Amino acid sequence: MNYRMMGKFLSQILFFEALFMIPALCISLVNHESAAIKGFLITIVILTILITILYLLCKDAPSGFYAKDGLACVGITWIVMGLLGCLPFYISREIPSYIDSFFEIVSGFTTTGSSILPEVESLSRGILYWRSFSHWVGGMGVLVFLLAIASVNKRSSGFTMHLLRAESPGPDVGKLVPKMKQTAEILYLIYIAITILNIIFLLIGHMPLFDSICTAFGTAGTGGFGIKNDSIASYSPYLQNVCTVFMLLFGVNFSCYYLLLVKQFKSVWKDEELRLYLGIVFGSIALITWNLHGFYKTFEETVRHAAFQVATVITTTGFATTNFDLWPSFSKSILLVLMLVGACAGSTGGGFKVGRFLFLMKNLRRNIRQVLHPQKVMVVRNNNHVVNEKVVDNVNAYLAAYILIIIFSYILISLDGFSITTNISAVIACFNNIGPGFDAVGPTCNFGAYSAFSKLVLIMDMLAGRLEIFPILILFSRSTWTHR
Amino acid sequence: MKIIVAGDGKVGSTLLKQLSSDKNYDLTLIDSNSKVLANTIEQYDVMAVTGNCATMDVLKEAGVESADLLIAATSKDEINLLCCLTAYGLNPNLKTIARIRNPEYHDQTHMLKDRFGLSFMVNPDYQAAREIERILKYPGNLKRDYFAKAQIEIVELKVFSGSPLENVKLKDLNRIVKCKVLVCVVMRDNKAFAPDGDFKMLEGDLIYITAPTETLMVLLKNLHIISNKIRRAVVCGGNRISYYLARALQKSGITVQIIEKDYDRCVELAGLLPNTTIVHGDASSQTLLRSEHIDQCDALITMTGLDELNMIISLYGSHAGVPQVITSIGHLADSPIITGLNLGSIISPKELCSNLIVSYVRAMKNQTGAANSIHPIANGQAEALEFVVDGNTFHCNEPLKDIPLKKGSLIAGIRHEATNTTEIPNGNSSFQKGDILIVVTSSNNVVYQLNEIFEK
Repeated sequence: MNYRMMGKFLSQILFFEALFMIPALCISLVNHESAAIKGFLITIVILTILITILYLLCKDAPSGFYAKDGLACVGITWIVMGLLGCLPFYISREIPSYIDSFFEIVSGFTTTGSSILPEVESLSRGILYWRSFSHWVGGMGVLVFLLAIASVNKRSSGFTMHLLRAESPGPDVGKLVPKMKQTAEILYLIYIAITILNIIFLLIGHMPLFDSICTAFGTAGTGGFGIKNDSIASYSPYLQNVCTVFMLLFGVNFSCYYLLLVKQFKSVWKDEELRLYLGIVFGSIALITWNLHGFYKTFEETVRHAAFQVATVITTTGFATTNFDLWPSFSKSILLVLMLVGACAGSTGGGFKVGRFLFLMKNLRRNIRQVLHPQKVMVVRNNNHVVNEKVVDNVNAYLAAYILIIIFSYILISLDGFSITTNISAVIACFNNIGPGFDAVGPTCNFGAYSAFSKLVLIMDMLAGRLEIFPILILFSRSTWTHR
Repeated sequence: MKIIVAGDGKVGSTLLKQLSSDKNYDLTLIDSNSKVLANTIEQYDVMAVTGNCATMDVLKEAGVESADLLIAATSKDEINLLCCLTAYGLNPNLKTIARIRNPEYHDQTHMLKDRFGLSFMVNPDYQAAREIERILKYPGNLKRDYFAKAQIEIVELKVFSGSPLENVKLKDLNRIVKCKVLVCVVMRDNKAFAPDGDFKMLEGDLIYITAPTETLMVLLKNLHIISNKIRRAVVCGGNRISYYLARALQKSGITVQIIEKDYDRCVELAGLLPNTTIVHGDASSQTLLRSEHIDQCDALITMTGLDELNMIISLYGSHAGVPQVITSIGHLADSPIITGLNLGSIISPKELCSNLIVSYVRAMKNQTGAANSIHPIANGQAEALEFVVDGNTFHCNEPLKDIPLKKGSLIAGIRHEATNTTEIPNGNSSFQKGDILIVVTSSNNVVYQLNEIFEK
């Protein structure tokens, strides 16, 4: 384990975290929010001290950074980022409990959007901004950001693949262009461009600037922290529809946008994952609209709410325009299934990923056919390419880990004595980085009632979900820390 | 510059190692074995495409239409040729380099170079044979790197006990060897550093000396390193390198004996090399080596396909007192565990081939100020680079003592193109446009541009 190299990375990441707090601090300064100013200032000072210590300790780190170090580095970075990123909440006393603050910021960075706050409108604007911004930076990933900005160790920089793979979700992650730095730059440029587009569209609908920026951050990272108690419900239908469209856009694999940029329209059009994703989205909207017949006054309203809720759940954003907990159970079941499926691979969304689901279905189809025709040799294809068996195996392993984690977390948080629906949907909502669940953690409720232990379990779930399980899981393995 | 490397074999991966350290190259790698590729992309910052590199689809996927250079380095000559031909068909502006190993193809490919769309051909075996020939012609168990069209060299010398160099301070060196040379790097206890004038050489040090080629002969003579002229060489292993080597040595009147295990290959070689003694037998057998009077030959070259076997035979040869031993090592050629052994000169065919391609790539880039060639020395802890001084170079015509150089950088040699002379620089030397500079730097601060060696 190359601890010093890891420390070097960490000091760089913390430097950016401190840098990211400065706009939030400025917003607090403009609005004269003394508690928040104190929170941000003290945090920035603490960060600066830590950065200096880490930098001095680790500045001449030996090279030699391997798969294990890369994965562990990602896991540790995210945890430390959460532990320190929550300090403004805690120091400003706007969230009085440290564990609650930690939960809130991890929920932000992992773009979950689950909150422990019963209401958010009383929070100061700087804190609200920091909450929403954590979604934005967590959406594409901080290490990817680092890769785009800093030139990492020129020699043997292949290990950066592990960083990208851990933060950019999907079964088969590849670079867009030969250089990692350029790949990261392209990803972030696309991300920034669509975010700005989103802000412009929101401004056109007369949303105030501050609201637009925060909402766009929440949408871009597919996070879901709102700045209103009723999330998006009080905004005009136009603004709700803008959110629907942009949530769906951020749920698409970013390599599709790159292919559009390099004018490979055909391969985007033929992309099987994108087709399945859009199929699931429109199919679910249609089914829910049919099921909700008579629930809302007009057909337009029904479609709007159905589309918004489908988009918010499948992209794992977690905004809400209506309390879907009151919907008929068929619609709720569809939403529960969508929660599990999640967005496209390579997007900012969470969940199991449409791409993995696709591979799983294809593998299942192959196995069923093999039962009927044992001698037949078959391969799994995707976009007319043969998928490597290793990738298929990894998807299966991922499914196993995914289910096991859900079961374990479910049992652990059941100690708090809430209903089965509440517990299972809380785990699913956190693990898939969605936000609200059903029942006592539904869109109008919050996670505040859980015990500190359950919150820790859910924090780990959120991190595991965002980082595709393994970077967090290996932190619990003894062989990560020893040379065995 | 966009470069596609086809074939992730020995040469391919060595190339990637060298090319990927330069941030100006966008590298895409093609190989049909996805497992090998998965391994490679975890080591280097490159993109990988799985498939047959000679097919249009795969080449297009690798972005051949916008690429500047294709290097076909798979193990099959035919595939390399077809790959270059196809790629050239897709992109007529593309430069292509093919690895052609089979001697039977060599001449015809050269003739049809344009038709195949080839810009450059490399033959690793031929290169290795040339290198061995060079070592044999300038004896002394030396590892040598050539610069400025072989006008300046950096040689590695070991300070033996009883050597005239032992316990000598560097400032007295020129007086002792009676010629002007420069010690640019010293390696002691596996650590390389740049010595100053008061540095005292001790037994066991490896020193790297820069000298013009003609001075080097004087140096070696004055250090009593030069041994007798080689008359008889024994080559263990009858592969293609052995064939090229035997052919070349024969021309300069050296008797060559090849020991090969495979009988059919022996017959084949006997047909190809009428004046060479081909011995059928296992070169790892000491009895055979003794019966072939290995102790009386002037040079032993171990060239079997197995590194470990080569090492064992070379150790035996050194033990038996062969004055010149050359060992071919495929893996770990620059590893400290090997330099500690008594293996004579070590050559690594894949690295030679890769060096050749890299210098072609750098020359092709034609970017002002970039290094023409890069030679790792002292187990890769230092690098010797060759630069051409151009109009953008700082400090032209200034005496070196006034030029602030970055710590760890050293100008070790100057080739004055105008006067056609080579100089080991001192404080009063200067360089001007068109000159070639040999720069030695530590590997910790990699230099890509000549101007990067100057302190701002």
